Amino acid sequence: MDTIEGELKGLMQASLGGDEAAYRNVLGRLSRYLRGYYRARLAAQSAPDIEDLVQETLLAIHVRRHTYDPAQPFTPWVYAIARYKLIDYLRRTRGPVKSLPIDDAKEIAARDDHLASESTFDLNQLLGQLSPKVRDAIRYVKLDGLSVAEAAARGGMSESAVKVNVHRGMKTLSALIAKGRRP
Amino acid sequence: MKTDDLVRIISTNVEAVSYREPQRMILISAGLGAVTALVAMLLFLGVRTDLSELRAWQFIMVKSAFTGAIIGISLANLTRIARPGGERRVSIALGLLPFVGALIVAIASLSITPLSEWKAMIIGQYWLLCLLCIPLNAIVPFAAIIWVMRKLAPTNLMLAGAMAGRTAGSISAFAYSLHCTDDSFPFIALWYSLTIALCAVLGGLVGQRLLRW
Repeated sequence: MDTIEGELKGLMQASLGGDEAAYRNVLGRLSRYLRGYYRARLAAQSAPDIEDLVQETLLAIHVRRHTYDPAQPFTPWVYAIARYKLIDYLRRTRGPVKSLPIDDAKEIAARDDHLASESTFDLNQLLGQLSPKVRDAIRYVKLDGLSVAEAAARGGMSESAVKVNVHRGMKTLSALIAKGRRP
Repeated sequence: MKTDDLVRIISTNVEAVSYREPQRMILISAGLGAVTALVAMLLFLGVRTDLSELRAWQFIMVKSAFTGAIIGISLANLTRIARPGGERRVSIALGLLPFVGALIVAIASLSITPLSEWKAMIIGQYWLLCLLCIPLNAIVPFAAIIWVMRKLAPTNLMLAGAMAGRTAGSISAFAYSLHCTDDSFPFIALWYSLTIALCAVLGGLVGQRLLRW
């Protein structure tokens, strides 16, 4: 557990500084831990929802990553988000929830589950709900991997507009996924 | 959508972010809320008019120290609660400290006062104004704080809403204290504490709905 915490925390600190490889690494590992956590917590009939929950949580982690304080341990932060999303899901689907302890952070890295299935989210359908400028910015920077300067040139936007639109777009995608799952 | 694809999209060209952002956002919203609360107080009530008397200044200092302590502790707690799992790092004892302190001073002050004057000291003159103005004038600061809390990630929404309400209530109480001429410790301990607690309870109730993410 301590080695996992140390590794993940180091990767996350680099990610907050804008290190793409570290971020990909930490998100990849978190997706396996989250899958293991949700699968262990949910009954078999919820299986189709597990990948949706994993992806909703990853997007929440991304758009709220500025709330991770590097002076604090990292796994309890992830656990708190995973637990929050699990409680939110359980309330939506079956009403009141019996308590899940907030101090159970070791739970988050207890299982490493790489057996991914596809979520029910359709990326093109989600992108279609964004405004054209925001959609273009996401497409150029996040899907095609263009730099901000290249995306600005291609989209006829300023570089700061590209940044703002990417930021806004990721927040909207996260909100769409979270909202779409509510009754 | 495959999770690996999502991870690739999220991580591609990721922007650096500052972990100090939550503190900054909370302080800015509370500061703007305080300015609007002070302006509203000046427009509708005005500062107390007996500022030539030393006693007025003494009680302005006492009320400012009391509400200021609550504002400070609330802001510190709010920056913790705004982060996932931060509710574990909130000290209830510290949060209650200003109220307990005020209560002790109030009891001490009553103990050296004849029983016949207790009622006037506790009820005061403008208790109803205090009870109405503080929660009403807390609405704008509360909205400002909730607005930034929605961009953060509290995982205990009732506590986050209650702390937002407590912060807004204590800011509003500070503004009201510049108008308030009820100069007694029991009055402050009762009515200021009660209205701030009321703001916290209301904040907790609406926070659950407003803060979902």
